[in-house]
Amino acid sequence: MKVLAAMSGGVDSAVAAARAVEAGHEVVGVHLALSRMPGTLRTGSRGCCTIEDSMDAQRAANLLGIPFYVWDFSERFKLDVVDDFIAEYESGRTPNPCMRCNERIKFAALLEKGLALGFDAICTGHYASILTDEEGNLELHRSLAVAKDQSYVLGVLTAEQLKHAMFPIGASASKDDIRAEAAARGLSVAAKPDSYDICFIPEGDTQDWLAERLGSTAGEIVDMEGNVLGKHQGAHGFTVGQRKGLSIGKPAVDGKPRYVLAVDVKSNKVVVGPAKALAVKELVGSKYTWCGKAKPNAEEFFDALVQVRAHGEQVPCQVSVTENQMVIKLDEPILGVAPGQTAVIYLGSRVLAQTTIDSTVSAVDDFSTASASISGSVNGAV
Amino acid sequence: MTVYLDYAATAPIRPEVLECYVENMKTLGNPSSVHGAGQTVRRVLEEAREDLAKSIHCDRNEIIFTSGGTESNNLAIKGLFWEQRAKDSNRNVIISAGVEHHAVIDPIDWLVKHEGAEVAWIPVDSSGDLDLDWLENYLKESENTVALISVMWANNEIGVINDIKRVAELAKTYQLPVHSDGVAAFGHIPVNFTESGLSTLAISAHKVGGPIGIGALVVSRATKLVSLVHGGGQERGIRSGTLNAPAAKAFALAAKNTVSELETETLRQSSLRDRIIGEVLAMAPMAKLTGSQTNRLPNNAHFVFEGCSGDSILFLLDQAGVEVSTGAACQAGVNEPSHVLLSMGRSVAEAYGCLRVTLGNDTTEADVDAFLQALPKAVEGALKAGLPNVGAN
Repeated sequence: MKVLAAMSGGVDSAVAAARAVEAGHEVVGVHLALSRMPGTLRTGSRGCCTIEDSMDAQRAANLLGIPFYVWDFSERFKLDVVDDFIAEYESGRTPNPCMRCNERIKFAALLEKGLALGFDAICTGHYASILTDEEGNLELHRSLAVAKDQSYVLGVLTAEQLKHAMFPIGASASKDDIRAEAAARGLSVAAKPDSYDICFIPEGDTQDWLAERLGSTAGEIVDMEGNVLGKHQGAHGFTVGQRKGLSIGKPAVDGKPRYVLAVDVKSNKVVVGPAKALAVKELVGSKYTWCGKAKPNAEEFFDALVQVRAHGEQVPCQVSVTENQMVIKLDEPILGVAPGQTAVIYLGSRVLAQTTIDSTVSAVDDFSTASASISGSVNGAV
Repeated sequence: MTVYLDYAATAPIRPEVLECYVENMKTLGNPSSVHGAGQTVRRVLEEAREDLAKSIHCDRNEIIFTSGGTESNNLAIKGLFWEQRAKDSNRNVIISAGVEHHAVIDPIDWLVKHEGAEVAWIPVDSSGDLDLDWLENYLKESENTVALISVMWANNEIGVINDIKRVAELAKTYQLPVHSDGVAAFGHIPVNFTESGLSTLAISAHKVGGPIGIGALVVSRATKLVSLVHGGGQERGIRSGTLNAPAAKAFALAAKNTVSELETETLRQSSLRDRIIGEVLAMAPMAKLTGSQTNRLPNNAHFVFEGCSGDSILFLLDQAGVEVSTGAACQAGVNEPSHVLLSMGRSVAEAYGCLRVTLGNDTTEADVDAFLQALPKAVEGALKAGLPNVGAN
């Protein structure tokens, strides 16, 4: 196959490309330039954007003996990922930009360009596995390296996209194995630090970065009863479930820490309360996709697992999918789920589907009314 | 076998030049040393200076060896600006054009940001021609504020040749210094420094079959400029640093041989160029030639492929073993929309759709055949890929 290896300059994508070469594919390395103004010579990878990363990717490609190019997707990335990220926060929602990037850049813009230029597949350094069922349908599964599993952020891939995706390192047991393999292959990125932050927020301070772009209008921090507890410098900087950075002078009556329960951008209010008030028992999303083959009779509630953030745990649930929405009933309540987050549905290790959460139902009886009204106003602002 | 059609990026070193370069590297000596070894190498260096002066028609003392085109342009622009402003603090305007190479635009931008310079851009039309009537009027009205004028002899990207003589004549009326980036022109069209009336001219060795890493700034005897690099006082104190005699010698030989073949090569290369232009326009209806058919470098064919990204065509041609360029500057390998096309008032989509084919002394009919054969499939693929990064798409 003619394979386009997306090389970020990190160790995972370098080893992935190496394995694709070894498997006998005709591989071309490509680094995606996602920023118009790349920072220069920063140590440590943030996944994209820096000139150093681009050079690292090039050096890896040189070592593998494959051609290497840099393709500019900065404009698309800005429109589809960065602007979307800002708009989502502006609406009081909590987006996952890595997911948007996979959905709209790596497995859309890049894939389309690759197919047009004669490639058959995109190879990336994601920790996930593509398996085939008895009927020959492709399925996306968690990687063998559970701690590094990235199937969550790939949950947006459709059957068509899976056909053109290749994740050669999904079958590895751990990141250490990948690093050891990179070292054995002589790849200079073997010991390069992992990237954790959002790649386009160079200082890693999301709240500051958002405030610069969205401005900051002071507003009130209130409790569930509406009592004013303090002031904030812009509601959009807050995320449901957030504990730090609330700057409330006085402690709660029960002495326990307070968390953000809801962000109401319309009234510029941040509602805080105890951890238990974060508990939700149901998630609802209107936009969803099947990852691979759709499940038959999915309108009837079926047993599944759901994961709501990239490094979160999966929890048992009951899912029903109709034409217009996906309803996820959690067996046990979970804490701090914000509209805008993505719920990825698993059947065992298989990724079945994903939806962007529009609203949640509180698991706490005395909070359900407040929650409903808040979530309603949040949605209204979207 | 790959086909190399990117001579404007760099030309292969000429075999006789390589031999001369290597041979001279074997000789011990710092040309500034007083003893015999130093004198031996100094002789090599000064012979090179003389030979190069003949090739570019200047006095041997007017040649300042540098590391290449970029350094030469920086030295001229910053050096002339500081010299002029020291004489008259009102003179802070640099006149240039948006189609210039980054080695000219960026030093100007730097002077604007850090040294209080102002810039007046000469308007450029959609064919890449400069509005020299505008320049004439501008000088009439504001000559007292002008520090220098910088206009490239020929455009490295689109191949358009500028009327340097007229620019120099206009400047002469007001006794203003004129610099020209001659890197793309030298070796491809006749370049006569003395006749040009220029104050300074930048040239580079590796565009004419010499080694990378050496160039020169020709500085007329009447011109003074401030030095950027201070040290041992070499090159009339304008450019300090141990002189690279073997590279200078190789540069001079490459220039000499290239210039001696100029007439025959101009005929040969322009006929290959015209064949490329004719056949590309015939086979690809979305392709448009940039600039005029006649007033262009004999080795340059530049096209805009509407609806395509130039780097997709480049990529597919590269896969097919044909090496060309988009012509635009790269940062870390990223294909930028061409600032030259944008300065000509062309759209962002057009500025992304550029393809530059540049020929040289070793280019053969067979190379052109290979390019023309590979192009249709490359364009077809590039059209399919479209312009994924252009917002309007």
